[in-house]
Amino acid sequence: MTTLPVRRVGHVRVPFWLVVGTSAVAWLVAWFTILPLSQWLAFDVLRLEPGSATGESVAFFLFDLPKVLLLLAGVVTLVSFLRSFVSPERVRRALAGRNVVAGTAAAAGFGIITPFCSCSAVPLFIGFVEAGVPLGVTFAFLVSAPMVNEIALVLLWGLFGPTIAIAYLVAGLLVAMGAGLVVGRLRLERYVEPYVYQIHTGAPIEMRLTMEQRLRDAWAATRQIVRRVAPWVAIGIGIGALIHGYAPTDLVVAIGGRDNPLAVPLVVMLGVPLYANAAGMIPIVEALLGKGIPVGTVLAFMMAVTALSIPELLILRRVMRRQLIAAFVVVVAAGILAVGTLFNVLFA
Amino acid sequence: MIHIEVLGPGCANCKRLEQVTKEAVAAAGVEAEVVHVIDYGEIMARGVLSTPGLVIDGRVVSVGRVPSAKEIAGWLAPV
Repeated sequence: MTTLPVRRVGHVRVPFWLVVGTSAVAWLVAWFTILPLSQWLAFDVLRLEPGSATGESVAFFLFDLPKVLLLLAGVVTLVSFLRSFVSPERVRRALAGRNVVAGTAAAAGFGIITPFCSCSAVPLFIGFVEAGVPLGVTFAFLVSAPMVNEIALVLLWGLFGPTIAIAYLVAGLLVAMGAGLVVGRLRLERYVEPYVYQIHTGAPIEMRLTMEQRLRDAWAATRQIVRRVAPWVAIGIGIGALIHGYAPTDLVVAIGGRDNPLAVPLVVMLGVPLYANAAGMIPIVEALLGKGIPVGTVLAFMMAVTALSIPELLILRRVMRRQLIAAFVVVVAAGILAVGTLFNVLFA
Repeated sequence: MIHIEVLGPGCANCKRLEQVTKEAVAAAGVEAEVVHVIDYGEIMARGVLSTPGLVIDGRVVSVGRVPSAKEIAGWLAPV
């Protein structure tokens, strides 16, 4: 007999707004106590020397880990809740019948917030094509959705400050829009698998959800994401803490540093076949930035890993011919290369 | 006999939905068969653009999310 997860206190069901309110307050309290708490733990309980390498490393770790996890939990809950209002059906309606440039920009923007894993790429693709959304606009969406991701954005903001977070957002949008405009221009419609045009879609179904359902879904999504991402974040902050306390080594700089003109192409080539969730990339970004690799190179690596992956290409292969897949890979990789190089120049 | 279909190409959420649905069926004590539909044409024909979708006796009850076992049990109850 399976037990159902029904939360009851005695036999009185706690009103949902009370649960939400209490959680929000608890979050705020935690947010404002982690700094003094981490200092107290590091310097009073563990009796580490303030200003010493070990002391600063430990204090940094004790402060940063809860900070990032709290940030992650708060933002993912909020974003999951908000995006339960943005269904693919709505996006599809909003994108059909727009002109190409406006449509491409809107599609890239929508990609940031829409719920999207590579497995829903195909239904979306078919749905978009059927609704008459131009191929280029669809591509802008397909590129932007996995690459520009609110979790990564928040983590970048929390760990490295607004400059890098905004740079990442702008870079992602530029690549997605560029890819969309180029693919739209190339007239590649004939390389969509012909059966796609024959699929008859039923009238799109949308569900009306209650506030409570939306919030519960958001919380479930958050628990799942935090559980999956937490180990990565811990590793990343651990590396960050070591760098923070001890002197940074510049072993990697010879390869990835500013003096190597091939650094950006190299990391793009390395990143394309690899795949990691944008959030899983954060520790690597942290380590690379800490080693003094320039921002453009690091972001290029992160984008190459998240935007293109073999599993996603295999899924897309079911609706696109090889030529179209190849165009997709080449255009996106070229875009990442261009943006990475541009950022290295801008942030020099 | 209730006929339940989980619509989804086999991603993590689709598998989770299938699992939760089976739990709900067991908990509700109803007789049901759970089928996992992976064919895109068939998924789309139901009007499901965001997977996973859940269909009970031909009626789409949920799209684009993994409902809780309790919610599913509610849909399984005879109307």
